[in-house]
Amino acid sequence: MNERHVLVVFPHPDDEAFGVSGTIAEHAQNGTPVTYACLTLGEMGRNMGVPPFANRETLPLIRKQELEEACRILGIRDLRLLGYRDKTIEFEDEEELADRIAAIAAETNPSLVITFYPGYSVHPDHDACGAAVIRALKRWPKEKRPTVHCVAFAKNCEQDLGQPDVVRDVSSVIDTKLAAIRAHRSQTEGLMQAASKRGDALAWLKTERFWTYRWDD
Amino acid sequence: MQPIDTVAVQEALNRFANRDVYIHLETTNGAYASHHNEGFYSVGAYIRNACIRFTRGKITGPGPYRVGLKLDLGWVYAEGLTHWEWTEKGQLLLAGHDDQGKLAVALELSDEPFV
Repeated sequence: MNERHVLVVFPHPDDEAFGVSGTIAEHAQNGTPVTYACLTLGEMGRNMGVPPFANRETLPLIRKQELEEACRILGIRDLRLLGYRDKTIEFEDEEELADRIAAIAAETNPSLVITFYPGYSVHPDHDACGAAVIRALKRWPKEKRPTVHCVAFAKNCEQDLGQPDVVRDVSSVIDTKLAAIRAHRSQTEGLMQAASKRGDALAWLKTERFWTYRWDD
Repeated sequence: MQPIDTVAVQEALNRFANRDVYIHLETTNGAYASHHNEGFYSVGAYIRNACIRFTRGKITGPGPYRVGLKLDLGWVYAEGLTHWEWTEKGQLLLAGHDDQGKLAVALELSDEPFV
């Protein structure tokens, strides 16, 4: 649990909110420095708020402000915006993307990296992001690589990967987590309204699940 | 048109890189989508004979495929592509057809304007 430095790498503002923000908040409260590398500003998001308060052109700025607020709430003091464009990560040069992530990993020297499980994370940006993290860290000698905890939610992930080996109860920071989710207002407002009507959202949010990446070398 | 051969399409995309090319891009649900299904929210987009220059084009996905073109200041992409054709005029035609064979998306590149 006591990590030297945690590096979180996701493609979209709010990717950290539902599945990971409790874990991030706990690390930050323990005094562990957390760096969040966010590849895009979610420019192509289809949620515009309920009622809509964003448009195609204002959305990136709004999502940037929401992300900064979520980071403040979670205790993330080091936010890196890599400036890629939403829905284009898979089309980027894989080596160049890995270079950018490798540079941040070399600088921050994390003991734990959190990202999406390549091939099991549904959105092409998610899969490409996770693949770039793995490509970057694979350049390091195996014994020096940080632990990588992956988020996965494809329908076949448990069939292929087995049960998640890291299951964390984040009840103690659930208020912080909910505040971080709400900070991403343009994306989460409608979802949270729907969830509160269903009534089972809180139980779901109190558990965070990860698969530790198994290197094939 | 033929089912997409990703190696051949990638080679074709490479041939158009770093020069002025004319693009046709459209998506459509069909004009009757909302008529046949009242709850269906029909959208489409269409651009024809815009002249662009991309530094890299790439085809990805397990099929249906996605193609992204990286411009100096932006992007073009299409998803749901299933078929391709290389015309006698040297034009690259990419299309996505639904399970009834109807056109849902088209992405086409040409050295000369489309007529």
